[in-house]
Amino acid sequence: MSGFSTLFKKELLRFWRVVFQTVAAPVLTALLYLLIFAQVLDEHVSVHGVRYAAFLLPGLVMMQILQNAFANSSSSLIQSRVTGSIVFLLLPPISYGAFWSAFVLAAVVRGLVVGVGVLAVTLWFAPIWPAAPGWALAFAVFGGAVLGNLGVIAGMWAEKFDQLAAFQNFLIMPLTMLSGVFYSIHALPPFWQAVSHYNPVFYMIDGFRYGFFGVSDVAPERALLIVIACFVATAALTLGLLRRGWKLRT
Amino acid sequence: MSVAVSISGVVKRFGALMALDHVSMDIEEGEFFGLLGPNGAGKTTLISCLAGLSRADLGSIRVLGYDVQSQYREARRRLGVVPQELVFDPFFSVRECLRFQSGYYGIRDNDAWIDEILANLDLTAKAETNMRRLSGGMKRRVLVAQALVHKPPVIVLDEPTAGVDVELRQNLWQFMRRLNREGHTIILTTHYLEEAESLCGRLALLKDGKVIALESTASLLTRFSGHTLALRIPDGAALPADLAALSSGVKEGFQTFALTEFAAVEGILARLREHGIRIDDMRVSPPDLEEAFVKALRQ
Repeated sequence: MSGFSTLFKKELLRFWRVVFQTVAAPVLTALLYLLIFAQVLDEHVSVHGVRYAAFLLPGLVMMQILQNAFANSSSSLIQSRVTGSIVFLLLPPISYGAFWSAFVLAAVVRGLVVGVGVLAVTLWFAPIWPAAPGWALAFAVFGGAVLGNLGVIAGMWAEKFDQLAAFQNFLIMPLTMLSGVFYSIHALPPFWQAVSHYNPVFYMIDGFRYGFFGVSDVAPERALLIVIACFVATAALTLGLLRRGWKLRT
Repeated sequence: MSVAVSISGVVKRFGALMALDHVSMDIEEGEFFGLLGPNGAGKTTLISCLAGLSRADLGSIRVLGYDVQSQYREARRRLGVVPQELVFDPFFSVRECLRFQSGYYGIRDNDAWIDEILANLDLTAKAETNMRRLSGGMKRRVLVAQALVHKPPVIVLDEPTAGVDVELRQNLWQFMRRLNREGHTIILTTHYLEEAESLCGRLALLKDGKVIALESTASLLTRFSGHTLALRIPDGAALPADLAALSSGVKEGFQTFALTEFAAVEGILARLREHGIRIDDMRVSPPDLEEAFVKALRQ
């Protein structure tokens, strides 16, 4: 694919150049969540038979993977559209498939880098190790890719940073915060349990957590199928929009 | 000579505005071609359609035989565009930007050509400098360099010298003349008409999205302008009636005559001699593109 490897490398370098903002800051945020919640609840609560701090950690890792995957593709696109430097990507013969794969793959990589960072700095407080690393990785990659797709769509849709922030704060943030990061959905009333099953991020968090503890609210096979279906749907939508040049080419 | 860019019946609307109204023209390989017109005439829209940044509603554009929509990858490989807006990627140095741009065209290990471009645009000393730290003129040079990394046979320059200093203009035109001599087709839009006049062999004039003139620069100048004869005659000397009718008036103490052909100078001087009118000073100005431009737009 012409241009794919260059664009992918450029997208990686772009976030690495501002590593304090793109990696260190979300790692610190996750650490603060863990310190506060673990301090308050660790001795009083256990979920699925594990200490609360240990239960919380995979959720926090996955939340940061998802949010940072979204942030990477969306911020790169909106920034280059607002400054006009998107023209450097629109003039060359880069296919829409190469464009999509470079942005989404870079989003997944940033999500994974942040996720590994969160795991590394929190090991001291809640030492956990994946029981089924293959499952954890599958949910991290496909979950990150879904959010990477949504980031590309948001980056194309938003005309200004304010609109992107609205997408992030009113859609992505609630979906991730209300997905079982901080709790098992079995702790919810039946109505909200049912509602949670319509939130695709719930399956990402639940499946990722299965990769660590071997227990989950939903069977991991079913959760992964749902996440892959979400990936296929968002990828098809993103590719369709890129092919049309939606909001990129007049 | 074959056609480098073929534009055929291109229509582009933005809502009710007809930005391009059935524009057609062929630009030959190796031409230095000027695209002129007032603001809003459709020059940048036409370039956007050519570069694939916009899609024409009707008509087609081909670059060296490749359709810019259906064969966009082949067409874009043959096209280098210097955009009008001063845009840059703030994360990278000049050299990194040029390497990335090369990679987007599938070119690896392009440093030898990148170094040559940098030298020609007087950017060598700034090669490792972050784009944010460059002045506006330097950023403009990098835009030119980015359009040239893949050695495109067709180069489009959309107002490349807007707001840049004389030195860059001279460097840039020297470099463009060299590339044109080496066979590159160059399409230029500019508001500096003297640049278009000195560089372009052929011009297209756009107005309200329509082509109102498409001919050689010399032909356009002859058709819409001409030489101007300015004569200083002694105070109190009256022109004979036939010459007075020809005069365009007195400007800065000179009687001026707009000539339809250069040979008319001889007849005017002969009539003055016949009437014994002494000539204290005489100037002949060549045709002026600005005058031709204004007249053509008024038509």
